[in-house]
Amino acid sequence: MTIDLPLIWAGIIAFAVFMYVLMDGFDLGVGILFPFVRDEGERDIMMNSVAPVWDGNETWLVLGGGGLMVAFPLAYATILPALYLPVLLMLIALIFRGVAFEFRFKAEGRQKHAWSWSFHLGSVFAAFAQGVILGSFIQGFTVEGRDFVGGPLDWLTPFAILTGFGLIAGYALLGTTWLVMKTEGGLQAWAYRNAERALLAVLGFIAIVSVWTPFMDPDIAARWFAWPNIAVLSPVPIVTGLVALGLFVALRRRFEGYPFIGAIALFGLSYLGIAISLWPNVVPPDISIWDAASAPKTQAFMLFGVVAVTPFVLAYTAFSYWVFRGKVRGDTGYH
Amino acid sequence: MELDPVLLSRIQFGFVVAFHILFPSLTIGIAAYIAVLEGLWLKTGREKYFAISRFWTKIFAVCFGMGVVSGIVMSYQFGTNWSRFSDTTANVLGPLLGYEVLTAFFLEATFLGILLFGRHLVPRWVHFFSALMVSFGTLFSSFWILSANSWMHTPAGYELIDGTFHVTSWLEVIFNPSFPYRLTHMVMATFLAAAFVIMGVAALYLLQKRHEDNARTMLSMGMGLVFLLAPAQVLIGDLHGLNTFEYQPVKVAAMEGHWETQRGAPLILFALPDREAERNRFEVGIPKLGSLILTHDLDGEVPGLKEWAAEDRPPVGIVFWSFRIMVAMGLLMVFVAVTGMVLRLRGRMFDRPWFLKICVAMVPTGLIAILAGWVTTEVGRQPWIVYEVMRTAEGASPAVGGTEVLISLVAFFVAYAIIFSAGIYYIVQLIRKGPVDEPPATKGRPARPLSAAGEPSGSAAE
Repeated sequence: MTIDLPLIWAGIIAFAVFMYVLMDGFDLGVGILFPFVRDEGERDIMMNSVAPVWDGNETWLVLGGGGLMVAFPLAYATILPALYLPVLLMLIALIFRGVAFEFRFKAEGRQKHAWSWSFHLGSVFAAFAQGVILGSFIQGFTVEGRDFVGGPLDWLTPFAILTGFGLIAGYALLGTTWLVMKTEGGLQAWAYRNAERALLAVLGFIAIVSVWTPFMDPDIAARWFAWPNIAVLSPVPIVTGLVALGLFVALRRRFEGYPFIGAIALFGLSYLGIAISLWPNVVPPDISIWDAASAPKTQAFMLFGVVAVTPFVLAYTAFSYWVFRGKVRGDTGYH
Repeated sequence: MELDPVLLSRIQFGFVVAFHILFPSLTIGIAAYIAVLEGLWLKTGREKYFAISRFWTKIFAVCFGMGVVSGIVMSYQFGTNWSRFSDTTANVLGPLLGYEVLTAFFLEATFLGILLFGRHLVPRWVHFFSALMVSFGTLFSSFWILSANSWMHTPAGYELIDGTFHVTSWLEVIFNPSFPYRLTHMVMATFLAAAFVIMGVAALYLLQKRHEDNARTMLSMGMGLVFLLAPAQVLIGDLHGLNTFEYQPVKVAAMEGHWETQRGAPLILFALPDREAERNRFEVGIPKLGSLILTHDLDGEVPGLKEWAAEDRPPVGIVFWSFRIMVAMGLLMVFVAVTGMVLRLRGRMFDRPWFLKICVAMVPTGLIAILAGWVTTEVGRQPWIVYEVMRTAEGASPAVGGTEVLISLVAFFVAYAIIFSAGIYYIVQLIRKGPVDEPPATKGRPARPLSAAGEPSGSAAE
């Protein structure tokens, strides 16, 4: 296999989507956990821990969508109409969640309460919708020519609903481990306890999806279980198990930074598992990255921009996280 | 009745983009203002610049938040509702939008965090630098999105292969014929819109005799900018109009309300265009002035709408009237700019209540002009989505039904109504409170709260 533009672009988009899932994942997770702490002051701390960075995190979602349009327009133009309603749900949820950052800081009493719920429900539904989108993506889409030709509710299957709930659990794990790292005292103790619960839930979902996916699609089963693949790929589930174990130990031993890294590793391995199952398709079940690629001139022009600009983006993103490093306290001034 | 998904998608796109554009329009101008104020504070150390900057940063944050969430909707809507358009034009437009994300969105979103939350955590100059980067981000964003939009009006640098657009020259794509005019016109419009909002708030404080020192600075800075930009905008607008006359004459015919091709065409001031009868009713105009403006010749020939088949004409009434609304707002701005300068030269700008009241009333004019201008240019290029190459109706998603679009349209409408009301409410509250006097921050990681002016007092308990 030679390295060509579609392959590079598949890597870039996979990277952008993964960055999005991790970065917006932990701040969506904070929103998912929001009503389960009782103290309003602790909720302020939770929100403060993500308020300076959530906007940059969410920009990776725009890059993922935009990148798909640039590099694989056929995927952009078939997957989005197929997922019209889940995408709508995600967008509406992100609207209510995003404005809650600004509005909740400015509100008092019942209004503040209302924006807390807006933040929470927006985060939950955004996570759920993204999980449904992921599940539908694994299942594949009915495409003829260059158009999606299925029905408006094709995505609505038990599997997609399961992945929807799975992603809520996954983001909750990222959120709790983030709070373990960024907070102290009672809130941190609360985050430790709930990180364990979230971890158990996530492992349950990973197990079900891992068993269900090959049953759903014989090609995926062959990809994993045929010889010699099974020998090459068997480390993936084994490493996943080890990472989960390590994460559990890190939580029990009250390590502050490792649980978040462990959660990221768990996401990375699950992501790798899905990539192995679907490769090389960008519109499953049978449109590959080469079928869906835009013109080479377009991919090359944009690649130039990615190579030239992304290092700066990563550098100032890192700088921003460095500025807001350390534990968040309730008295971190706003504006 | 059968729900027409294309019509509903068009209504939805018009609605969400009109809602969205209000916020970038304000944030481009206000971001630049904040950067200037932070720079002045860094240089002079005068606390009023700090107070004014903090004040507008809070308002900016509300506008920016609404701009971000409504902008994410835009980036997915091309795919959900206009999949054929996306698929056909992605080779050309994809990178323009991609460069916008890379060069603009990350820059503004990341440095916004430091601008809003990092004042106590970074040195002053880094905070100023962040304000500058946010401002650059908003301008880069305008560059790319207006390039993409302009290309849809005046497509260039492409060839069609099997019905799909392929790029032959990126320079011709990016710097397509209408882009320089549209970009300049829009960026100046956003500066004007922000300046009139800032001046209106300042005038309100002067009328109320509150925050007077800060308000005088705001009014005087705003007036200086407006005095330069408002007349210049009329000139740029005229050049933009001439460019449109060259590339989209049918749009200009609709803007002017000309049905017949004629020499010595009048400038029509008032009319009710009638599409069925193909003529104007109650027309009032100034003879020959239309030709003079468009061709710089009293007897120049100006093509009328009838030169084009009925199905290739834009909806005349909307274009005709939205254009007049925009021009009226522009002329009002010039009037206020000149009046303000006359008063200022006499040293009377801050103590003429009638003038201050006019300034307060002018607050929405910049935004109205921007919306009206966009309606003129976008409705005026219909029925084309890529001008004279692809029709809007051909761009829609074939698989998406009317019911789904109706659901999304209602959902966006309800969501935007709620967040818009809340946003306006919180902005009004911030304006009521005004720039609060408090000592400028110094770098450090304080254990105690230095400031939480954005937060209400006693927020710890419900």
